Amino acid sequence: MQELSLNILDVAQNSVKARATLIAISVEEDAAADLLRITIADNGCGMTPQVLSRVTDPFYTTRTTRKVGLGVPLLKMGCEMTDGRFSIESEPGKGTTVLAALGLRHIDRSPLGDIGSTVVSLIQCNPDIDFVYTHRTEKGEFSADTREFRAVLEGIPLSSPEVVAFIRAYIGEHLNEIEGGRV
Amino acid sequence: MKSLAELQALRDKMKSSIGIRDDDQASIRVVVGMATCGIAAGARPVLAAFTEEVAKRQLNNVAVGQTGCIGICQYEPVVEVFMPGQEKVTYVKMTAEKAARVVSDHLVNGNVVTEYTIGANAK
Repeated sequence: MQELSLNILDVAQNSVKARATLIAISVEEDAAADLLRITIADNGCGMTPQVLSRVTDPFYTTRTTRKVGLGVPLLKMGCEMTDGRFSIESEPGKGTTVLAALGLRHIDRSPLGDIGSTVVSLIQCNPDIDFVYTHRTEKGEFSADTREFRAVLEGIPLSSPEVVAFIRAYIGEHLNEIEGGRV
Repeated sequence: MKSLAELQALRDKMKSSIGIRDDDQASIRVVVGMATCGIAAGARPVLAAFTEEVAKRQLNNVAVGQTGCIGICQYEPVVEVFMPGQEKVTYVKMTAEKAARVVSDHLVNGNVVTEYTIGANAK
């Protein structure tokens, strides 16, 4: 993975697979604590303790097309490599929360990259799922919530190219305002 | 700065224009492989390029979506095109530039870009 936003896109696919109806992604650039905190929380089917104990094993996967599952292990490695922390909390029937903290100024940390593209890709490919993307920096915080967009759109799908272009610009401009996404 | 009021204006504009897109009605489906293998190989810009081209050309009969890993990770990014009355076409090792050509040659004009297909790339 060339950038952390791709890890986020990848790990969020697990929430989609878990049949979540709401996926919350948050990114916090915490300069004071020298951490880049990434949270991906869903209300999907969750995992039993047995499955949960195996998800960070690269040779565990639920897919049938191949024998490895690298999404979660790759993000975990990114955290451990930068003196950060990684954990997953999950409960069957309730959902799953992935917490990744990376050393913000650590030399081995991948750049965050194009987080706007990640969020837009997720919304576009899963127009029936709601996403809440929150980004926090020292300058402030903003959220993009598809439930708000949906209420305005009155039935026009979130996957319409015009709407996708709007959301892309919306995220870009708000990120810029809080000087976010530059790490 | 973009606001919800602006989205409201966009909605009104879209509602007043005829032929609103409906993904269920779309006759052509383009799916991009977006599992770990696809994402690592560069699927995100390919998806964005397809979306942008389809919007630019106002192809209301095309739906762009995603799929998981189809098991040919060495050929990612993989894109599958489903057109009514035709066999599925699998494009491999895609890029944003190749995506633009697939839209113009295949989706618009109906000519499969043979050199990008898995048949031309499999060794």
